[in-house]
Amino acid sequence: MKYLSEFREASKTKLFIEKTKSIAREKWTIMEVCGSQTHSILSSGIDELLPPNITLVHGPGCPVCVTPKEIIDTAILLSKKKDTILFTYGDMLRVPGSKESLFKAKGDGAKIKMVYSPFEVIEFAKNNQEKKCVFLGIGFETTTPSHASVILKARELNLKNFFVLLSQFRVPPALEAILKDPFNKIQGFLAPGHVCTVMGIEEYIPISEKYKVPIVVTGFESVDLAEGIFMLIQMLERSENAVKIQYKRSCKPEGNLKAKEIMKKVFKIGPQKWRGIGLIPDSGWILREEFREFDALNLLKEKIEEIEETKEGCIAALILQGKKKPFECSLFGKDCTPLNPLGAPMVSSEGACAAYYKYKKIAD
Amino acid sequence: MDKIELAHGSGGILMREFIENEIKKRFKNPFLEKLLDSAILSNKNKKIAFTTDSYVVSPIFFPGGNIGELAVNGTVNDLVAVGAFPEFISLSLIIEEGLPFEDLRKILDSVKISAEKAKVKIVTGDTKVVEKGKGDRIFINTSGIGFIPEDVKIGYEKIEEGDLLIVNGPIGLHGFSILVSRENIEIESELKSDTAPLNELWEKLYENKIEVHFMRDPTRGGVQGVLNEIARESGFDIILFEEKIPVTDEVKGLSEILGIDPLLMANEGKMIFFVKRKDAEKAVEILRKCEKGRDSEIIGEVKEKKHKGILKLKTKLGVTRILDMPYSDPYQESADFHLSHKPVSLRHF
Ligand code: SF4
Repeated sequence: MKYLSEFREASKTKLFIEKTKSIAREKWTIMEVCGSQTHSILSSGIDELLPPNITLVHGPGCPVCVTPKEIIDTAILLSKKKDTILFTYGDMLRVPGSKESLFKAKGDGAKIKMVYSPFEVIEFAKNNQEKKCVFLGIGFETTTPSHASVILKARELNLKNFFVLLSQFRVPPALEAILKDPFNKIQGFLAPGHVCTVMGIEEYIPISEKYKVPIVVTGFESVDLAEGIFMLIQMLERSENAVKIQYKRSCKPEGNLKAKEIMKKVFKIGPQKWRGIGLIPDSGWILREEFREFDALNLLKEKIEEIEETKEGCIAALILQGKKKPFECSLFGKDCTPLNPLGAPMVSSEGACAAYYKYKKIAD
Repeated sequence: MDKIELAHGSGGILMREFIENEIKKRFKNPFLEKLLDSAILSNKNKKIAFTTDSYVVSPIFFPGGNIGELAVNGTVNDLVAVGAFPEFISLSLIIEEGLPFEDLRKILDSVKISAEKAKVKIVTGDTKVVEKGKGDRIFINTSGIGFIPEDVKIGYEKIEEGDLLIVNGPIGLHGFSILVSRENIEIESELKSDTAPLNELWEKLYENKIEVHFMRDPTRGGVQGVLNEIARESGFDIILFEEKIPVTDEVKGLSEILGIDPLLMANEGKMIFFVKRKDAEKAVEILRKCEKGRDSEIIGEVKEKKHKGILKLKTKLGVTRILDMPYSDPYQESADFHLSHKPVSLRHF
């Protein structure tokens, strides 16, 4: 664990912040895409220490908070069906659907179990053939390979009682959607290290070239983020547009070839709805025809209604696209808190509004 | 909310609301009013501390201990927290039909050893057996009585600006070790619960006339939960120094992997002492000489009443941020949920 603590060292973080201060002459607005990065920046206080000419805005990269309500509603419906059990990751439990969360449904008797890995569901399905086992899986490209391999495993075992309900997001189309907006002010990106560990940087290069933005693939410790910010500001000051990797200890330019191969076997690129933003073309991974038998929607006759994602006054869409900060929302901390979230960024503890709420800074 | 949720028993906001609305309002009296770890019952010039607690931990055997010693140590520490010297304990066992005798004996042996270590006597008790499926192997309730010397003055109202906070060693050990063994997380781990009676620490501080203003064992809700409560009750702001809080490498690693802050994790062998500033260095010296206080550190201080009772953290980078009251026990949402029908104790009312 020393490995991790070295990357956290306060002195190293401070050094990169000092270096950034010494080179940053212009005004810059940069976005960290991933919710864990937002979390790390706010909890360590990097945002407070950066010079005022650097503005950090927070991106759409929190999978829990961009998962559409319909998915939760569908999961709850399934979990209430006879002989059906729903399995999911722990962080999905508190996320509200249109009426209730999985946690609440479970309290009322719905059959929901938490797992750490989808393979636990396979084990269960194997030993309980009379039950229909549905795995609710969400995430960016980091979880997609394991979702793909669990489906391949189910096929290998010839399981007829294993199903998936998936919401899998791709980062690059979301970045493009943000950059296409003429009002966007973002000049550079800190890209999520774990996503690039799987996918590599191939998909980011054309974006960087087309929109003339530098991108740095960054880790999640405060030292990683401070170094990533320094590298990005250095490129901006030099008018250099490239994709660079700060997170070298884990991320190779070509990514993880085996993982990519497995996910492409099972999934193809398709449209995906993002809570708080809406439908983005090509921004998801969806099941290929030959694996449709595993689709949990086969178990449902009911039609799930499309739902308006945010409450009146909630500016989630603007926050997830880096156009506004949580403090600029009039509902923040009053009508909208982690106990009573009104919009996507307050829903998950990694969302930007939740992070601002949790890590409120204060003049001592 | 129309039903009891697990979070109602886990040391966070919901539990606090539950105790305020359902317990305090109903059983109103000045002893209960203070919601301390033990009620202080005074009669003429004698002060008695009285506490009770139920232990429903799962698994009942975990790295570093079992439910038996937990029950004794927890009650001893609740008495210590109000400045008492524990003497008598009651032991109630609720056993589920089918528990192997061997397990029961192991638990009772641990109860004996812990009681000896803490120099307390088990003076009364009760045993009930419930049908299979109606309990979770074994639940234990312990009540304890201790005596508070005349000259001890400990309480929310004694906390003052400038007091320093001392903890007697690394935090989060109990919570993480339970989590790891409960969930069979495949991690090679030397992690052990820190369960221990802490009366020796208090005795030494008392003998050496250290001016202790307040004490609290950070069990459910962890350091963050209990200090939030103390800040709120006392009205003082409390500031923690991130750099000074002792955390083992193993706990740090687990907290990275599981995304749970050690500040929120339960401890069963830790006490936070609020000590008058001038005595703090000496107190640390004294504590470090005790077996259970070897890694004692000054981890924070009491500030003026500027923000009316909030807990703050000075990060390693020197930025100050608020540490809010946790919503509920961080691992309950995953772990207890996983093992459905898990009972959770409503501690300290
Ligand atoms: S604070 Fe709440 S209401 Fe406002 S943008 Fe964030 S999630 Fe929406």
